[in-house]
Amino acid sequence: MSPIIEAQDLGREFTVSSGRPLRRVRRTVTAVRDVTFSVASGEIVGYLGPNGAGKSTTMKMLTGILRPSRGRLRVTGLEPSRQRTRLAGRIGVVFGQRTTLWWDLPLRDSLALTRHLYRVPAADHARRLAELTELLELGPFLATPVRQLSLGQRMRGDLTAALLHAPRLLVLDEPTIGLDVVSKSTIREFLLRLNSEQGTTILLTTHDLGDVERLCRRVMVIDHGRLAFDGDLSALRATAPSPRTLIVDLTAPAPPIEVAGATATRVEGPRQWLELSANPAEVIAAVSATHRIADLMLREPEIEDVVARLYRRERTASLGKDG
Amino acid sequence: MRLHLAVFACGLRRYSTYRAATFAGLVTNSVFGLINATILLAVFAARPEVNGYDATDAVTQVFLAQALLAPVAAFGPPLGLGERVRSGEVAVDLLRPAHLAPWWLAHDLGRSAFSLLFRSLPTFAVGALVFTLRLPQGPAHWGMAAVSVALAMLVGFALRYLYALAGFWLLDTRGVNTAAALLGSFCSGLLLPLAFFPDLLGSSLRLLPWASMVQVPADVFLGKEGVLGGPLGGLALQAAWAAALLWLCAALTARATRRVVVQGG
Repeated sequence: MSPIIEAQDLGREFTVSSGRPLRRVRRTVTAVRDVTFSVASGEIVGYLGPNGAGKSTTMKMLTGILRPSRGRLRVTGLEPSRQRTRLAGRIGVVFGQRTTLWWDLPLRDSLALTRHLYRVPAADHARRLAELTELLELGPFLATPVRQLSLGQRMRGDLTAALLHAPRLLVLDEPTIGLDVVSKSTIREFLLRLNSEQGTTILLTTHDLGDVERLCRRVMVIDHGRLAFDGDLSALRATAPSPRTLIVDLTAPAPPIEVAGATATRVEGPRQWLELSANPAEVIAAVSATHRIADLMLREPEIEDVVARLYRRERTASLGKDG
Repeated sequence: MRLHLAVFACGLRRYSTYRAATFAGLVTNSVFGLINATILLAVFAARPEVNGYDATDAVTQVFLAQALLAPVAAFGPPLGLGERVRSGEVAVDLLRPAHLAPWWLAHDLGRSAFSLLFRSLPTFAVGALVFTLRLPQGPAHWGMAAVSVALAMLVGFALRYLYALAGFWLLDTRGVNTAAALLGSFCSGLLLPLAFFPDLLGSSLRLLPWASMVQVPADVFLGKEGVLGGPLGGLALQAAWAAALLWLCAALTARATRRVVVQGG
């Protein structure tokens, strides 16, 4: 089966003017360069990167809003910028910070409009709306004007609006931004179910690494417009290894522990944080030989730490190359 | 087509949620109508006729202008599209499998239809209660007046859509909107009937698109000789502007969306 997204040497530049009128300085800024990847049907892929790395630019090219400056791009077999309207009928898009819903009207009205927008047969539309209403618990606020919805409710409404035409690909730009823990988890569970039950391919950008750990089997990291990593989460951890942390609760406060294979990075009363460079079992044995331990906790590196390390590594590598 | 009917209905219902604003607008239109009419009546007390207008014609045009103010929006407010370009919200509009111009046309006609019913008719009724107004004679004349108002709404939309499209190049349409409101209120005949201007200026302004929003419909309604002679000439002028401007809207939309820069991340 052909991939659902195919990007080859994708690039986008912007011309930026600065300075005073008449003395404008124009320069070209490259937002995305030489990005090549493909996404197969049924995958959930996280597209990560710091602000300004080129994530949103890529998303806009994928959905056809922005025309690439160079490279080849196919989404569901279409060329997005030339076939934007046709493509829009095949994909669902949610930009977390923007809404497609009618601000002043009850949520139900916006959802009803999608039937005409995507030419969905009335029976299919009603069935899918009933399903989504149940899964995302929309019932209590279907009749509420969108401007009165909470952010979590609005996001669930936007997700529904993007899915009523049963798209093969769902593109999400920061779908959990600003949401509380419960709303985030509702949305994550829903996305997992959508992917496993209906085979919907999902591409999402996020700064929320909980999203990544819960949802994405594969992650792509973009930095300074280039694809810095493409692989699964554990490979990302291996590429930019981050130490595990042993948290030790002693029976009484003590000066920072000094043992081989660990460095104390933080001390708070009887609790100490040890960054591990050796096997945890050996370190625990060494600590218990000299201290009385009340409790122990081993913390895996957070994906956040991993990505930050990857960025730093990339940056030093590129600095080295330039210098 | 069914999509655009649905969008039209959403546009209409959207404005119906702001009852207090509608009522306030209605009061404003009526009060300004009363003030303008009183001033013009004072003028006509000194002179029985100005350029073929008598006092009744003048007062009727004042209330027509106040009634048309909301549906054609000659004085603003600008189309929401301009603000969406500025904030980057337009990305969402471009993600719909629908063309931008017809979508906004349907949306805006929903708004105009709502204000026609709930602002124009009551405003004109207030004028008719207080003063003697000149009404069209017979169903054919009423029909032409209705078509003229519909064409005025199309021209009003097309102009505001073009102002908003400028945002794709300028990124901020607030300056355009200020200029547009000035041009719109002066050249349309909203501020002062174009009939009161010196002949050459008055008839030149009547040929420009802005006049098709207020002055030309008023000519048709009052049965005056417009610049193209008679109500049918007026309708032809409006139809020509509506067609030309809507074509321009479609053509420029294609260019604008090709160079789109979505602002705000």
